[in-house]
Amino acid sequence: MLARRLFSTTRARLDTLVFVEAAGAKITPSSLSAITGAQQIGKPVTALVAGPEGQAVADTVAKIPGITKVLVSPSEQYNHYLAEEVAPLVQSVVAKDGFTHVVTPASAVGKSWLPRLAALLDVQPVSDVIKVESEDTFVRPIYAGNALATVKTSDSPVLASIRGSAFEPAATEGGSAAVETVDAAESQNRTEFVSEDLVKSERPELGSATRVVAGGRGLKSKETFDQLMEPLATKLGAAIGASRAAVDSGFCDNSLQVGQTGKIVAPELYVAVGVSGAIQHLAGMKDAKTIVAINKDADAPIFGVADYGLVADLNEAIPELTEKL
Amino acid sequence: MSKLRVLVPIKRVIDFAIKPRINKAGTGIDTKGVKFSMNPFCDIALEESLRLKEADKVDSIHAVSIGPTKAQDILRIALAKGADNATLVDVGDETVEPLAVAKILKKIVEKEDSNIVILGKQAIDDDANQTGQMLAGLLNWPQATNASKVVVNGDEVEVTREVDGGSDTLKAKLPLIVTTDLRLNEPRYASLPNVMKAKKKPLTKLKPADLDVDIAGRLETLKVEEPPKRQAGIMVSSVDELVQKLKDAGAV
Repeated sequence: MLARRLFSTTRARLDTLVFVEAAGAKITPSSLSAITGAQQIGKPVTALVAGPEGQAVADTVAKIPGITKVLVSPSEQYNHYLAEEVAPLVQSVVAKDGFTHVVTPASAVGKSWLPRLAALLDVQPVSDVIKVESEDTFVRPIYAGNALATVKTSDSPVLASIRGSAFEPAATEGGSAAVETVDAAESQNRTEFVSEDLVKSERPELGSATRVVAGGRGLKSKETFDQLMEPLATKLGAAIGASRAAVDSGFCDNSLQVGQTGKIVAPELYVAVGVSGAIQHLAGMKDAKTIVAINKDADAPIFGVADYGLVADLNEAIPELTEKL
Repeated sequence: MSKLRVLVPIKRVIDFAIKPRINKAGTGIDTKGVKFSMNPFCDIALEESLRLKEADKVDSIHAVSIGPTKAQDILRIALAKGADNATLVDVGDETVEPLAVAKILKKIVEKEDSNIVILGKQAIDDDANQTGQMLAGLLNWPQATNASKVVVNGDEVEVTREVDGGSDTLKAKLPLIVTTDLRLNEPRYASLPNVMKAKKKPLTKLKPADLDVDIAGRLETLKVEEPPKRQAGIMVSSVDELVQKLKDAGAV
């Protein structure tokens, strides 16, 4: 026993490392879900925070119950979370402290750096985990969510991205983890950040909203989209989403797209307006608790997953619905 | 000024419009008698290469597929659309994980002396969204994922990407990895005369062993199952009834 204890002081920590993203100085909702996923692996969880606002974010992360330690690298080089910067940072942290698991939200950021790190470590990551079965076995959707695969990994460390909509967000009060600064990794970057164009909205963030109203091709134009969807969303305190057809037709911004190639959402209430319900769209919303479909085509596949369906003309039904809610 | 030597990896997948069926053993998807096509994101990657070629920015476009012998059918389509030559890395019926695919692609990049690789952001069968980033890691090249716009200016490439909450723009010097989002372009169809001509274009066939890459998987699929079925819904006849039902269910 003694020998083992002595040995353990020099040996790698058997902990999970979770990468926590922030927008501004605020932890992203998908990161809170990733922390829950990380905790379900069943090992002590260390959080890693990076970027110029890192110190403030780290102090917030330290209050999350179940986090044993927060590592922070508040360097400017992690601004915008470029994969060429984040992957070497996580690699250096793993090399130093020997984590058995590295977890990230399956966000645009997580999806960009985790596979890059995986190549550097020669491991095959598990994307978009919706359920943690054990420390090496995970469930993930394949074929646009038409099938669920249970996979067991033989790699070490285990790399996984967590689908935010499948895990409850972690509580943000009650913990008191120590915060420790880690050195930035040597920059290997040859990518230059030029600019960004983020959609400014007062509405809840689509990925984590409890209610979502989504418009499709049936709305016919950007004018009708705005005219019908905005008041309904305001009334419900909902985020606005869209089908690919609506995005392609220019009714709204691409970042609002719900589906296999857009956002995956699982709100309490999802109201699909003029959305036909192609399998690629269903992949992004069929885990919503209650689905309402309003469409004038009674044969639209969306009615196959809807809890409540209404065959009606949108131009009349939506204003009426908005008024009566 | 060096022109682009583009590598476009292309995956053969079950057609996007088909609802996949799980096999009886619960170990995978039934592929017998099912229609296969080019992965839609790969088609977009190829289209972008063709447009860059039409803008006179490209030296050559090499298409590569890693898959069963039948994957050569989609490589012929790529050639018909305008790729100059192609390689099939025949892995038989093996499922090859993104890490192994990335390792094979690295060898092809070296063989073809490519200076840009344009890939789809994900395959619509495994939905992994990993290969491009892994290849960038193996090569230590810069990467721009989820591209919605690609502008090539000499040795410099500016890529606008779809990110959570909007878009951003990155700039990098060649060599570079780009992965494509749906919004990047609208792929063309291959014309019949071009399909005929493509039969004469060069298509090299290799085995993973020729490239000295081990394709053994790291993940074991224990089972594949249907997602939980939703309970059948009800159709309401008026907005009033809808509002009432939602109130009763506590949804509003």
